[in-house]
Formats: sequence, structure tokens, C-alpha cells
Amino acid sequence: MKKIHLVGLVAVLALLLAVPPFLKNYGIYLFSYWLVFVIATMGLNLTVGYAGQKSLGHAAFFGIGAYTVAILLKAGISFWLGLPLAMAGCFVIGLALGFPALRVQTIYLAFATLGFNTAVWLVMRNEEWLTGGTFGINNVARPSLFGFSLDGNLAYYYFVLGMAVLLGALLWGLLRSPWGKAFTALRDNPIRAESLGIHIQAYTLLSFAIGAVYAGIAGALFASLVQFIEPAPFAVSASIMMYLMVVVGGPGYFFGPLLGSAVGVLLPEWLRFAQAWYLFVFGAAVVLLMLWLPDGLLSIPDRLRARRQAREASAARSAAAAKLGAGA
Amino acid sequence: MTDFLQLFVSGMATGAIYGLAALGFTLLWQASGTINFAQGEFVMLPAFAMLGFASFGAPLLASFVLTCVVAVVVLGWAFKRGIADPLLRHGLMPIVVATIGLAIAMRNGVRAGYSAEAHPFPSLFADKLFNIAGVTLTLADVGTLVMALLLVFATQAFLQKTVTGRAMQAVAQNTDSATVLGIDVPRMIFYTFAINALLACAAALLVTPTYLAKFDMGEPLGTKAFFAAIIGGFNNSRGALLGGLIVGVSENLAAAYISPTYKDAVALVVFMLVILFKPQGLLGKKVERKV
Amino acid sequence: MNRFHRTLIATALLAAAGFAQAQATIKIAVLQELSGAGATAGTNAKNGVLLAVKEINAAGGVLGKKIEATVSDTQSNPGVAKGLATKAVDDDVFAVFGPTFSGSIMVSMAETKRAQIPNFTGGEAAAITQQGNPYIFRTSFTQASAMPKVARYIAGTLKAKTVAVMFVNNDFGKGGRDSFNKAAEAAGIKVVADISTESGQVDWAAPVLKAKQSNADAVFVYTNEEESARALRELRKQGWAKAVVGETTLTGQKVIELAGDAANGAVAHVGLTVDAPNPLMLKFKAKFFQEYKYISDHNGIKGYTGVYMLKAAIEKTGKLDRVAVAKTLHGLKISAAKEPGVIMDVAIDANGDLDRESFIVEVKNGKQDVKETLPPLGKL
Repeated sequence: MKKIHLVGLVAVLALLLAVPPFLKNYGIYLFSYWLVFVIATMGLNLTVGYAGQKSLGHAAFFGIGAYTVAILLKAGISFWLGLPLAMAGCFVIGLALGFPALRVQTIYLAFATLGFNTAVWLVMRNEEWLTGGTFGINNVARPSLFGFSLDGNLAYYYFVLGMAVLLGALLWGLLRSPWGKAFTALRDNPIRAESLGIHIQAYTLLSFAIGAVYAGIAGALFASLVQFIEPAPFAVSASIMMYLMVVVGGPGYFFGPLLGSAVGVLLPEWLRFAQAWYLFVFGAAVVLLMLWLPDGLLSIPDRLRARRQAREASAARSAAAAKLGAGA
Repeated sequence: MTDFLQLFVSGMATGAIYGLAALGFTLLWQASGTINFAQGEFVMLPAFAMLGFASFGAPLLASFVLTCVVAVVVLGWAFKRGIADPLLRHGLMPIVVATIGLAIAMRNGVRAGYSAEAHPFPSLFADKLFNIAGVTLTLADVGTLVMALLLVFATQAFLQKTVTGRAMQAVAQNTDSATVLGIDVPRMIFYTFAINALLACAAALLVTPTYLAKFDMGEPLGTKAFFAAIIGGFNNSRGALLGGLIVGVSENLAAAYISPTYKDAVALVVFMLVILFKPQGLLGKKVERKV
Repeated sequence: MNRFHRTLIATALLAAAGFAQAQATIKIAVLQELSGAGATAGTNAKNGVLLAVKEINAAGGVLGKKIEATVSDTQSNPGVAKGLATKAVDDDVFAVFGPTFSGSIMVSMAETKRAQIPNFTGGEAAAITQQGNPYIFRTSFTQASAMPKVARYIAGTLKAKTVAVMFVNNDFGKGGRDSFNKAAEAAGIKVVADISTESGQVDWAAPVLKAKQSNADAVFVYTNEEESARALRELRKQGWAKAVVGETTLTGQKVIELAGDAANGAVAHVGLTVDAPNPLMLKFKAKFFQEYKYISDHNGIKGYTGVYMLKAAIEKTGKLDRVAVAKTLHGLKISAAKEPGVIMDVAIDANGDLDRESFIVEVKNGKQDVKETLPPLGKL
């Protein structure tokens, strides 16, 4: 990682550690809410940004994670048991969702995942005996870690922050490994990748599965954060927003989810009094972004660099041409 | 039996609307490779535009004509020039994302700028009821179905029988060859966008009396239209109508005979079956993947 | 000037006024559904609250202090409602009005309960006042006390033996259906069809068909505003000539506007209606129309009377102590003669439930026509 990135990262971490104790409940809640979505979109960034798949059903895994933990907590089973169960469940279902990806391409895949999301949402809403239906599950408890109760807003925030940093580090490691290179090969040219011996079916399925696990963890954290879950935050519109968050931040950029979630979750909550206008501006901003910055906000430094390099190259060319001309 | 027929016929009327929206969507995809995620909102906006014109005293048909003109300019020309043209060369996803953003912007623009509530919308058809063989139909049901069919067949006829229409088809099948043959490709693509805008206006006129004009009326409509388009065949115009009718009828039948709470899953199930077993759609042709 | 601008300016003005008078105001948070499925209900409730606040401030405020209201949109989303309630708690408000939607209030009231802030709501789900929360107060009947009145009407006046129930698949609809089924059983009516419908459902052919197939003597429709309008239209279209009965929402103003002629003949038990033959109610109707240029629905009345209930309780307690005011509210009887803002005599019980007169209303020629006035359950 470049020096400036490291400095930036440390600064952000310091802010995230030091500021919240000075905020009131609502502020801490906002930050925790934001970090939960950062985790979820990190997973989506892997599936969509690094592996180039089209997933418009991410919120379904978010929901599966949340409901698993909530239902188990209500049944008296600890959060620490519910969390791995949620992760395992999401992994398996994520693998299953990967199968259509092997058969259909791009836009059809997008619609298939959209359909999957709707199906899961319908089950969440209709199967009242399991999920509480539209009444949802209220009073979801917060876990305790090594005897420390995480019930307080600040304590839970630090827990979420810790999870986010941990998961981020794991993802970073994954992406720097050969697996990460295989994912990007899958994105850029799957047929060529296969000819190089990369087992694209396996990687396709894995990209969905790992992305799903991240969303599942985020969902579990979400359940204990909001302490009330119902089907609405897990509908297709939420998937679409998550996809937009990845795109706005910059698909394939590691810190894209941080920025994208801030724009998609933090800002709207903060500007809630102007909610409808905010979404209008957000929608318009997405359109403009696609027109001018199709690679997301984090592509700005790259673009500036590219432009500078192009300018230097053409300056060098005209200097060389002048020399040649003078010499001739 | 009459119950079944009742559900079938009601479903056909609803399905015809899905078909209209799906048709415009399919045409855009065929002719220019544009996936328009804001198709539902393209129906919502003309509905509000018509209400707007009506509030200034214009009668319904006059509002409709005015709205058509505005729609061709805004949803046709401006959409093409502003969004579709610059993005199409970057592949499929940028235009998908841009139209998602456009849908959000349009929806919330109306919600914040006009009203978050539902508004009644005048019907083109008088409030009459028919009873045929025990099945009750409104004039609106029949009229909607007839008009939708007429529009679809008129569009088909235009595409197949006129020179312009055939030129548009040529552009859809092979843009480079079409250019070589001297066809004004950008203009043909513009015509496609214009036809989509007009079909959306027609859909708005037919469907809003039932749906009621509300800023989010486009969402369910758009989603069903996408599924209908894919079920029928993403690269076939008649398929769009067939897909719409299938979705409309099966939803009604499922709601009555299987489970009302899983009504929305029906379109999904049909869709999943179609893309797994016949991904080009029921009436579509196979598409090769480029290496 | 659209709603957003008005709200923003109103909020800005109120905030400015707040700055000028810092501690000398009573802060209330108005958390309502201003968009989403509950937009109609929430907007009306908010307008009712703001009208009452305006009147009270013009008359000198409560205990000499003006009321300062901040409005927020819950978007008909319980998660959002909870966040907004947390914010209201941070802002140290004296009372919270809303949300109206049963699903949202069930969630947000945990926050206000924790902070001991009186929370008024127009939500009708029975479960709201069954949670042991001493800080929740209704501004409308609970489904548990309204449904027996409906059942009595169906059995007694309509003399119907069987009824088909159409309800919306959300907590409001399901809660109502459960309360109704219990009440119907007690009144000796058989429920022959249990028809679930979706929020936002457009095509009503299947549900109405099911009702027809059940051969019930009457149909009980319990859905939200837009869906009620569509249901009424489909019932008329398919030739349903038997009774159509509802509770509050079915004969609301918005429903009448959206359903047009199809609404005529629908009957509902209504806790509050602007067309009640009550001079104070008619005055309210006129004042609301003058302020907002449209006719209020029952949610507007709920918002308006809620603020006056709070005022009456504060004045009786004599000081701005949230815990004491909440205690006063339990068991408080407010007479409309002494506090005209509550429009009808009302009594609040230990759970936060209300007892008041109510009405049987039929839609005639596009207007609500009060057929019967039903007395309150207890003595007022």
C-alpha cells in the first residue's frame, strides 16, 4: 500500500475510534449503521467489483443473516452461535445462487438475482410462524463478549468497528492472494481465464458465496443494532441501493464501499429532513457519475494521474518531434 | 368455470399493460442495446404530466397529445442524447446503473416536488359494465386489452411493412452493416426511443385510472415489465405482449387457486423456469456469446 | 408552495423562535409517515397536530409557554421511526406525536418509554397498549374495542349470519382481522372467508371473487386507504349487492375521493369523522379546511385532539414534568365543555386506551353520513 494510503487509513481509523464518545445516541447509531453497510458492501464489492458478477440480490443475504440471528436469539441461542450459523447458511445459499450465474449472463443474471431476492423477501413476509411476518421480530438482544455487555450504544459501536476492521483485513488478504488475481481475471475475460487453467466455475460460485457471507455477518450485526427486524430493509430496493453504493464508491476499489456506504446510508440519514430531495439528488448524481466517472468516485485519482501522464507523454512527443524536426 | 374466465379476462387486461411497457423495453434493447431500468417511471411521469395539463383545464385527450409531444422530446430525445448515447459504448452495466439512478431521481423528484399521495386519474372509458356468460367486464377492461393489442400490432406492422421500420430492424440486427448500407443509424435509434416514449404514454393513459397516480406506481409496473419481456423473449416484439399476458393471467389464477400471499412469486417462478430452460424467451431467438 | 418548502420554512421559523426563547418553550417531536404506504394517514395527523399547536400558541401557550414542534418523516418504515425516536430522545423533547402506523409505533415506543417521554399515537393495533408501557397514549380506539361495535352492528342491525373478511397483509390489517374474528365469534357471526390481500394491491378480481364464492351475507373490508378504494370499485364491478362494512379506513375522505361512485353504500364504524353532528367537530372541519384547503380525515382529528389532551394533562398537573404528566393522563377524564380542543368527551385509562363516543357512518353521494352515534363503553 502506498504511503499516502496508509496515512489516510490511519487518520480515518483514528477518527472512528476517537469521535463517537463525544456524540449523542443518534450519532453513534448512525456510525454503527454506516459500518454495518460497509461490511455488507465489501462483500458485494468482491462479487461485483472484483469478480465482475451481476448481483442485485445482496439484501437477501443481509436479511438471512439478520433473521437467523434474531430467530435464534429469541429461541435462547447465543449470538455467538447464531453468527457462525448465519455465515454458514449464507455461504451455502450463496453457492446455490452462483449456479444460475454459470448458465446465464450479465443482464439475465441480474434479473435472476433480483428474482431470488424477491422470493426470499416473500418468504420472510409470509411465513409468520418463523419470521413474524410483517410484525417482524422485536427486542432483539445484543450479545456480550467475554462477560462485557455490548448492550450500550457505544460499546456495540466499537464491536461493529472491530468486526469491520477484521473483515476488511481478511478481504485485503484474500485479494492480494492468488485467489484475488483469479477473481479479477474472471471479471476481465472469463474465457481467456479458463484457457489459462483457472477453474472459472469454482471462482464464480465462490465470489457469490464469500460476498454472501459478508452480507450475512452484516445482517447479524444489523439485527442487534436496530433491535427490531422486519422484511422491508431486505427487499429488492435495498439490493439496488447496495449495488449503487458499490458503483458510486468505485467497483474494484478496496475502499469503495466505505465511500459508497457513506453516500448511500450516512448522508441520507443525516439529511433525513430532506429525504425525498436527497434521493432525487442521489439518483441524479448516479446518472451524472455514470456519464463522467463510470468507475466510481475513487477512480478520480487514477483519472487525474492518467490525464497528467497523457499530458506529459504528448509534451514529450512534441519535444521529440521538435528535436527531430530541428535535426532534419 | 365462470370464475376461471373472470380471473382470466381480468388478468388479460392487466397483462396487456405489462405487455405495453415490456414492448417499449424490448424495442429499446433490440435497437440500441439499452436496458432501461426506469421503464416504470417512464409510465409514471406521463401520468403526472397528463394530470398537470388537466389541472390547467385541458380535456383528457388534449392532455394526452400534449404529453406525447413532451414525452418524445424528454423521454425520447433527451434520454437518448443525454444518457444512452454517451454510455452505450461502455458496455451494458453503465447504462443499467444510470437508468436505476434515473428511476430513483424521477420517483423522488415527483414525490418531493409534487405529492407523495395517490391521485385519481380520469378514465378514457365510460364506467360501464358488461356481463357476458356470467363474467363481468368493465368497458375499461375490454378497451384496455383492445387498445394494447392494436398498439402492439401497429408497432409490428410499422416495423415490418414500412421502409423506416425495416431500416430500424436492420439497425437492431447489425448496426455496422446498416451503416454501410447508408441507413441513418442515429436517426433510426432515435425513432426507437420515440416509439418507446409514445408506448409509455399510452400505457399511462390506460393503466393509471386503476393504479392511481402515485410517485411509486412505476416500481411494480417496471419490474413486471422486465420479467414479461424476458419471459416472452428479449429480442422479439410479440414476445413482450405474450410475456405480459402470461404474467397477468397467471398472477390472478395463482392468487385465487394457490396462495394470495405468494402472488408476486408467480412471475418469478415462470421467469426462473424460462431463463433456466429457454433463456432466449418463449418466442425469442438464441444469442451467441462473443469471446 | 409545496409541502417540503412549507415544512422547511415552518421548521426554520420554529427553530428561530426556539433560539429566541431557549428554555421557555415546550418541545414536541412530530414523527409521522409523510411518504410511503402511510403518507395519507401521517400527513393528515401531522397537519392536525400543527393546527392545534398554532391555535394553542396564538392563545398564549400552555402554562405560559409556547409549543415548538419539529416534524420528521418516518417513511412508513419502522427502522427509520426508531432512529427518529432516538433523535427525539436526544433532543430532550417533552412529548412525541406519532408515528401513526401501528408497525412503526410498536418499535419506536421502546425508545420513548426508556426515556420516559409521553408518546401519543393514532395507531389502532391492539398490541400497542398491551406492552406494559406507561408512556403510550392513544388518540383513537384500539381495534380491540372497535371491532366488537362493528360485530354488533353486523349481527344486530344488518342481521347478517355470515361474513367474508378481506384484510391487508400487514400488522394493521392482521391485527384488525384477529380482533374482528374474536368479536364476530362473540356476536354469533360466522366468518366464512379469510381473504388476505397485499399492501399496494392493484388487481382485486381474485379477492372479490373469493368473497362472492363464499356466499357470505356481508363483506368486512379492512385495508389501507388506496386499497380500500380499489376494493370498493371491484366489488361494485363484480356486482356485489350485499353489505360492505368496514372500520374507520373504509369510509375515509381519501377513499371516497379515489373510489368515486363505488364508495356509495359502504358502511363503517368510525371513531372520528369530520361529519359528526357535533358543533365542535364542524368547527374543526372548517378551521382545518381554511388552513390546509382540503377536508381532514380521521387522522387529522387524532393529531389535533392529541395535542389538546396533552395540554389538558399539563394544565392539570401544573408543571412541566413528563413523569407526572404521564401519571395524570392515566385515568384522566377530559370534557369537551372545559377543553373544546378535544372535541368530544374522552377518558384515558390505565393502559393508555381511550373511551369515547363513536359513529356508524354510511357513504351517501360522496359524503360521510352519520347514521348512528354509539355511546362510550364506560361512564365519562
